[in-house]
Amino acid sequence: MVKKILIREEYCIGCRLCEVFCITEHSKTKDIIKTFKGNEPRPVSGIYFEEVGYISFAIQCRHCQDPPCVESCLTGAMYKNRKTGAILYNKEKCVGCWMCVMVCPLGVIKVDLKNKKVASKCDLCIESGFPACVKNCPNEAIILVDEKGERIEE
Amino acid sequence: MKKEKGLKNRKYVIVGNSIAGVSCIEGIREIDSDGEIYVFSDEEYFNYSRPLISYYLEGRLKENQLNFKEIDFYKKNRINLFLKTKCEKIDLDRKILYTTSGNFEFNYIFLGTGGKPILPKIEGIENTEKGTFTFTKLNDAKKLKKYFEEKEIKKVVILGGGLIGLKCAEGFLGKGISLTVIELSDKILPNTFDSLASEIIENKLKENNCEIIKENTIEKIISKNGILKEIVLKDGKKISLDVLVIAIGVFPNTDLIEGTKVEKNKGIIVDEYMRTNFPFVFAGGDVAETYEFEGIKTVIPIWPRASKQGKIAGINMAGGDKKYEGMFIMNSVDFIGISTISFGITNPKNEKDYEILKKVDYEKRIYRKIVIKENRIVGAIFLGDIERAGIICGLIRNKVDIHLIKKFLIDDKFGLLILPESYRKHIVKGEGIEV
Repeated sequence: MVKKILIREEYCIGCRLCEVFCITEHSKTKDIIKTFKGNEPRPVSGIYFEEVGYISFAIQCRHCQDPPCVESCLTGAMYKNRKTGAILYNKEKCVGCWMCVMVCPLGVIKVDLKNKKVASKCDLCIESGFPACVKNCPNEAIILVDEKGERIEE
Repeated sequence: MKKEKGLKNRKYVIVGNSIAGVSCIEGIREIDSDGEIYVFSDEEYFNYSRPLISYYLEGRLKENQLNFKEIDFYKKNRINLFLKTKCEKIDLDRKILYTTSGNFEFNYIFLGTGGKPILPKIEGIENTEKGTFTFTKLNDAKKLKKYFEEKEIKKVVILGGGLIGLKCAEGFLGKGISLTVIELSDKILPNTFDSLASEIIENKLKENNCEIIKENTIEKIISKNGILKEIVLKDGKKISLDVLVIAIGVFPNTDLIEGTKVEKNKGIIVDEYMRTNFPFVFAGGDVAETYEFEGIKTVIPIWPRASKQGKIAGINMAGGDKKYEGMFIMNSVDFIGISTISFGITNPKNEKDYEILKKVDYEKRIYRKIVIKENRIVGAIFLGDIERAGIICGLIRNKVDIHLIKKFLIDDKFGLLILPESYRKHIVKGEGIEV
């Protein structure tokens, strides 16, 4: 089933909890204290948080139908999961050529120089099955829907 | 283009197994799961990414890490893959492809033969069997590597300070080899960058003990018993050397259609369906010439274009209906740890016709340049800091009027929020996304 994350910028209160929980979810321990205070390398968040004046919003990969990042990837690391439609990437294959960064019109693929030099982006929390940003958004500015647009709750 | 009735069990022939050919397979299989597909490559590898050969030369990647599709891709898509097979001739009347592995009848053929290195006419070039190399294929990189293992190499000269030449040069850095790059233009990367961006990369190369000679070229090559010995430059300077890499560019490889009536100019001419003047002959990638962004008819030898064109060709060959919309030149290349991304016109000739925004931090080697014409972005350079460069790519492609947001384009606040609201909602929306 194809799930989509919707963002509703009018509801965003700029708390950045989506970022905090995205980082936690993608850390080794998945423990918020250990992730931010411990010694393990902190992952790069899959979310871009933006704020100008009173407007704020958080955006992650839109998992495009015709993804330019997949089309441009030199190594075949970036791929589309045929079942879910999610755009995922294989960290082992990625060499950090940044072709994906070059072509993503939303600019939501990050350069991760902390760990191995690879691209970093939203994976829809494929491990836990429910996106951490959606789960932890206090004002429903980020929600998850199915292909019919019906809201999915955890 | 409607699917032709009565044509079941189509036979497709794909010449070339790099990204254009592989994307063509994907395009065909999106529509036609039954047709027979034959793929031919004159190389022995089931596939590999050509831009990665510099990583291989450098030692960052091993041979088995260069493939961009897994081997089961061919099995899953039921491909008859013929490696080490040279395609010799196409008979367009009888629709037969003659190869060194036999003759193959087809209904549709895709030409994804790519480019071949340009070899300049230099006196003595024909006598140097050992020591002179090109650098576009994996076998080129392998030959170079082997030569280094077998011989004691002290001096390497690279002719050509473009993307291929410099990526090749990078492979020799830090290995105790004396290295020189010779560029005909007054700056390195003349087709990609402006003077400032080129200078930053040039300085970094020099710091890594790479000599750069500009506005010069090789006039004569001297060999002894087929072994490269010395070069003489245009200004008379002589350089003794062990290895010469010729990397002055690539040209569409149209050998297969020579003597046929398939139209070509610089490359094989195709329409927006990637179709040549023969309705059953398609082409795409570095061999194909077509109308690109802003209606300019040209060949742009870049990976994303080959990927897109191959896929579109495949869809149309299988009876689908998809048009190619054209691209502009773009490159993302890392030079000795400096990431760079460039789009479109980076160094306009008549500067007064353009508005140029710049932000430079010399110490950190960070540079951003936006080239604007009539309130639209037509080119950009990102050097040192490439985050969010793709947003500019989208603004160019969608011809977005940026006159209200100009001041933010090189600002730290640059991001989606500064974009015109209608455009932002349009791109953020995507499929099934509400804003």
